[in-house]
Amino acid sequence: MHQEAAIREPLILGEKTYGEITDDVMASVVGKANKSWWIAIGIASVMALWGIGCILYLLGTGVGTWGLNKTVGWAWDITNFVWWVGIGHAGTLISAVLLLFRQKWRMAINRSAEAMTIFAVMMAAVWPGIHMGRIWLAYFVFPLPNQFGSLWVNFNSPLLWDVFAISTYFSVSLVFWYIGLIPDFATIRDKVTHAVPKKVYGLLSFGWTGNAKAWNRFEEISLVLAGLATPLVFSVHSIVSMDFATSVIPGWHTTIFPPYFVSGAVFSGFAMVQTLLIIMRKVMNLENYITIKHIEYMNIVIIVTGSIVGVAYLTELFISWYSGVEYEAYAFINRATGPYWWSYWAMMTCNVISPQVFWFKKLRTNITFTFFMSIIVNIGMWFERFVIIVTSLHRDYLPSSWTMFHPTFVDIGCFIGTIGIFFVLFLLFARFFPVLPLNELKTILKSSGEQYKKNTDH
Amino acid sequence: MDFIFTKKARLIFAAFMLIGIVAMVMGYANDHSAHHNRFWANIFVNGFFFFAISLGALFFLALQYATEASYMVALKRVIEGISQYIFIGSAILIVFFLAGTLHWHHIYHWMDPEVYDINSEHYDKIIAGKAAYLNQPFFWIRTLVYLGVWTFFARLFRKRSLLEDEIGGTKIHFKNMTYAAIFLVFFAFTSSTASWDWIMSIDTHWFSTLFGWYVFSGMWVSFLIVFVLLSIWLKNKGYLPNVNKSHIHDAGKWMFAISFLWTYLWFSQFMLIWYSNIPEEVTYYITRIEHYKWLFFGMFFVNFLFPMVILMARDAKRQIGYLIVVGVIIFIGHWLDVYMMIMPGSLGHHWHIGFMEIGMFIGFLGLFLYTVFNAFTKAPLTVKNHPFLDESNHLSI
Repeated sequence: MHQEAAIREPLILGEKTYGEITDDVMASVVGKANKSWWIAIGIASVMALWGIGCILYLLGTGVGTWGLNKTVGWAWDITNFVWWVGIGHAGTLISAVLLLFRQKWRMAINRSAEAMTIFAVMMAAVWPGIHMGRIWLAYFVFPLPNQFGSLWVNFNSPLLWDVFAISTYFSVSLVFWYIGLIPDFATIRDKVTHAVPKKVYGLLSFGWTGNAKAWNRFEEISLVLAGLATPLVFSVHSIVSMDFATSVIPGWHTTIFPPYFVSGAVFSGFAMVQTLLIIMRKVMNLENYITIKHIEYMNIVIIVTGSIVGVAYLTELFISWYSGVEYEAYAFINRATGPYWWSYWAMMTCNVISPQVFWFKKLRTNITFTFFMSIIVNIGMWFERFVIIVTSLHRDYLPSSWTMFHPTFVDIGCFIGTIGIFFVLFLLFARFFPVLPLNELKTILKSSGEQYKKNTDH
Repeated sequence: MDFIFTKKARLIFAAFMLIGIVAMVMGYANDHSAHHNRFWANIFVNGFFFFAISLGALFFLALQYATEASYMVALKRVIEGISQYIFIGSAILIVFFLAGTLHWHHIYHWMDPEVYDINSEHYDKIIAGKAAYLNQPFFWIRTLVYLGVWTFFARLFRKRSLLEDEIGGTKIHFKNMTYAAIFLVFFAFTSSTASWDWIMSIDTHWFSTLFGWYVFSGMWVSFLIVFVLLSIWLKNKGYLPNVNKSHIHDAGKWMFAISFLWTYLWFSQFMLIWYSNIPEEVTYYITRIEHYKWLFFGMFFVNFLFPMVILMARDAKRQIGYLIVVGVIIFIGHWLDVYMMIMPGSLGHHWHIGFMEIGMFIGFLGLFLYTVFNAFTKAPLTVKNHPFLDESNHLSI
């Protein structure tokens, strides 16, 4: 039998019963949306529409509407791609890795983190798609049986590996998320009274009955999927990093990239989870489930992964000197002191220096401050990709071609658009889906619920 | 129950050490490599390998504290015992580095002052460019700081653990979390820099940003192998009454998982350098592939495939037979990994695995086990008063 140590802090606060957990989670689904939800989705929709407009203009006119030039052939597009993929890392880490480590606090956050992951990966996929220019030929990226003469995909290219890695990651994350949702959909199906929602949730729940055999299979498949998803957490961002690291561009080719990208991805993913959940717990009255302790744990993950990223930055910097390779050394001197110095120092400040304040317990348990820091980290991680991509490219081996990158309104519009679409999707999720795994939460109520812990602490 | 270091076990380990000494003496006498590099490289391979196991134990212990993990509390004394080899391990490393400083061996090419002398025929422009980092005084300061701080923490954690047995309460536990965090921060930097200083600088021209993390994963998995094997052995002797199949299963999972981490990092470093094929980097692997091909790739596949194929299933990790077989094989596999890091830069293609190599490995193994078993006798093998002890004893997965 599981025995929890007395010194562990409760994960569900207040005097909750099983029924109350169901009601608290279902409140948003059965109730009417409040004003702030409508305002939020209104703003997000406007951003999304602007972005879609920009994307259509881009597709109609050509990639030349972005600010790319001959020297800087990749800029905001790939920056945004990597940024979104990175954000999409926390969900699977929380659901898979924390499941394997039996971290019960994941139950308060995994559902929304997984939703965030799926939407973020979708936003990431937009970028290589529209970067092709002729998006209607996008199926060329798949190694289809050859009907195009001798035209095959290049299996030696990490860009192709990316296609496989990200589509696998997306599929597994989606299945994982959906399987977790099934019992909760069934609970909603049984609770709602209107005919139409009942029918819809009934379809979504795949006829879940909740008998012992079904739960047994549910737990087994969760473990199997966690086992499959854990290597994927590593592989996706490792392969994204190989888009750069397999090249011979100074600043791109460095062996530490795979694990360092993975760590950075988890870092940015958790920051985005904080951004979303700090608002959600407040608006949807979930403070008893997403507690200060949960926020503190996530902040600890942020400081650990941020520091790993910091060690990697310093390692790269040191080795660029130690290597004795002139070009390698210059790439880093140029990053720190060249015309893009501000982006390098924005990255350093946001990602390495500022998360160190979380060493203070007072600050890592302060909600407002955590929210502020989560935005800082999101900005910092965007700049990290910008620094890697643009500052390494803009001064290449040939000084006569040195140049700068200037984003156009289309660059900016497409980026803002993906943020808008992301938030529209997330807000719809928060409104119509069970945002906490309510059935799973019930399993820890008696071991980690506040009133039960109190009763055993004599 | 207190651990009894039987006479038989003492004799066996003493015999191991005797074999090691014979191998050392005979090896030194028959070593015709320049500066007795082969002999000294063997000292370093074993010196580092077993030292790294104890350092890995220290890291793992700190990780348990910092993450509030309970499952390994029932096995905490085993981890602590392994970490206690770090003192002798450090002393052996110091002897090896001192021998380099005194030019008894020439494994660290950069320790030769002539390579920095522009007028010398041995002048090496690339190495001279690294002089600000690779110079003897700074090297020694760094080395002594690493070893000093690591051994300090090994002593501190041990002392506090024994203190907790006596006085109990939660104060020691919470303070341990702080100490563990401090250690982990220090370790995060120094595990990388130490592997550059001690190992990467053997191939002085070569560099790889991932190198430190790769070495770290190797030391972690090597520790876990020893941990799994010793835990099984102690359990079978009846010493760990609170340890059940679930604890062994969890330890086996760690061995399985970190084998993957090691594989991932080995492959990332290898693939990126091989793919880019930049001359100053790829030379490292060209030496290894040309002169050590079977050993080099064989070691990689053994360390990857054995844990993956055999330990994938849940039941396999709960059967001590599987764990022992895989553990013993990849223990040798990871020794070969260290061998592959050190030998090509020290001996080039004049490498051997003969009586000297095997004998010295056995000798060091004897010394290591003797030290660890001796540490087991110094404290009860089951902790008392740890706040997570009850939770750990009830582990069931």
